[in-house]
Amino acid sequence: MNYSNEKPVRKTRRDFLKYLLMGGIAGLVISIFYPIISYLKPPKQNEVEVSSVKVGKLSEIEKDSGRIIRFGNKPVILLRTKTGELKALSAVCTHLNCTVQFRKDLELIWCACHNGKYDLNGRNISGPPPRPLEPYRVVVKGDEVFVSKLT
Amino acid sequence: MKSFWKNLYGWIDERVQLEDLVKFMGKKYVPVHRNSIWYYFGGVSLFLFIIQVVTGIMLLFYYKGSSDLAFESVQFIMSKVQFGWLVRSIHAWSANLFILSIFIHMFSVYFEKAYRKPREMTWITGMLMFFMALGFGFSGYLLPWNELSFFATKVGSDIAGQIPWIGEPIKEFIRGGDDVTGATLSRLFGFHVALLPGIFTIILGIHLILIQRQGISEPLHLEKSSSKEKRTMPFFPNFMLRDLLLWLLVLNVLAILAVFFPADLGHKADPFSAAPAGIKPEWYFLFMFQSLKYFPAYILSIEGELVGILLFSAAAILWLLVPFWDRKSSRGEHNRFINYAGLFAVIFIIILTILGWTS
Repeated sequence: MNYSNEKPVRKTRRDFLKYLLMGGIAGLVISIFYPIISYLKPPKQNEVEVSSVKVGKLSEIEKDSGRIIRFGNKPVILLRTKTGELKALSAVCTHLNCTVQFRKDLELIWCACHNGKYDLNGRNISGPPPRPLEPYRVVVKGDEVFVSKLT
Repeated sequence: MKSFWKNLYGWIDERVQLEDLVKFMGKKYVPVHRNSIWYYFGGVSLFLFIIQVVTGIMLLFYYKGSSDLAFESVQFIMSKVQFGWLVRSIHAWSANLFILSIFIHMFSVYFEKAYRKPREMTWITGMLMFFMALGFGFSGYLLPWNELSFFATKVGSDIAGQIPWIGEPIKEFIRGGDDVTGATLSRLFGFHVALLPGIFTIILGIHLILIQRQGISEPLHLEKSSSKEKRTMPFFPNFMLRDLLLWLLVLNVLAILAVFFPADLGHKADPFSAAPAGIKPEWYFLFMFQSLKYFPAYILSIEGELVGILLFSAAAILWLLVPFWDRKSSRGEHNRFINYAGLFAVIFIIILTILGWTS
């Protein structure tokens, strides 16, 4: 008689303790893993925002050539066509982030990683690249050449 | 959910016969007596070692081991990385508690004469890990490349250099050259994160296997009493749950220490600046450092410091080999001399550490 009356009371007390223990363990696990996961996230580094870089003298850039310049921490390819026209494009291939190069023999921009090809305006014309290269603006002041972002 | 675990257990059991392991664990008992509390410090040391491995790997994600970048990278961890200050402080505090815990573990094993036959190898492996723990402390101390650590490494490696014949090569090996430079940092970094952990883990494995194989040592006076009088506790789950509860307490102590007394960084090491006043080694080297101060400049035309270093080396070797010269305990007889020698060592270490701390 007494036994059957007591049983449900015991069960709830046991359940209560079980939830308390489970809650405690969950709290412990969270308080250990929250800092660990936050720690592993790399903190935002303040990058210097670059809007324009001086490349050099126009007279020193040969016609029909291309070279990679530093634009902040990104590579940019500066081209001078046969006609003497200056062009600047992002040098980061739109396929898988390799750095492209100017191919004089092919008269185009070529990515060595997967044989992606762009014309001198940065349009993807052959191979895997899905999008054209991002263009930059080239400004010539006197003899000095500047490259800046298209805004 | 329950059946999933049951199935998984069944799947593994079918392949590696877990049943045997469970039976083995069920048969493991821990003796219960008035000194049972000391059994817990081996487990606490293990727990703190695990914490060192985890936080150490985490620090490696941002730490840069070169004299140009080390200090700045630690600064970066402390100020820019989320919870970086916490991770480094826990690593630093856990290192100290680890050394404290293995000191206690070592002395309790010593006073219980648990090193006696057949557990000589357990003692030797434990002592090797103790010496390596001091090596961990010494090498890890330099890694932030601050003023204190720079000079502590200079002094510490110079002391090693005073040992006759082998001292000079040892010093050069530690320093990676004549002086403490960036080469020393690279070396101690390698010791701290690769060489020592690798060897330590192997020795720890042997230590733990020996304990599983031989069971937990009983005190001498219990060994002779009949098995009816002996009280024991199953290792699994009774002792293990107590172990885990203590680990939780230690984790809390660690968190409190790390939060309220975070690790310092100080100033970047400058090889061309004077040593800062009041420079001291870490507390676990302090008693040796302090006693060397009391040796006169010359003892029988030998340099006083050298005599001190030789005495400490001899004491360490005697201590390491105690299971082999304490034949009495192995025969089950009481050996009072061991107690007096141990008591002398404890009192000596405590008094000289306090003297070193306050001077």
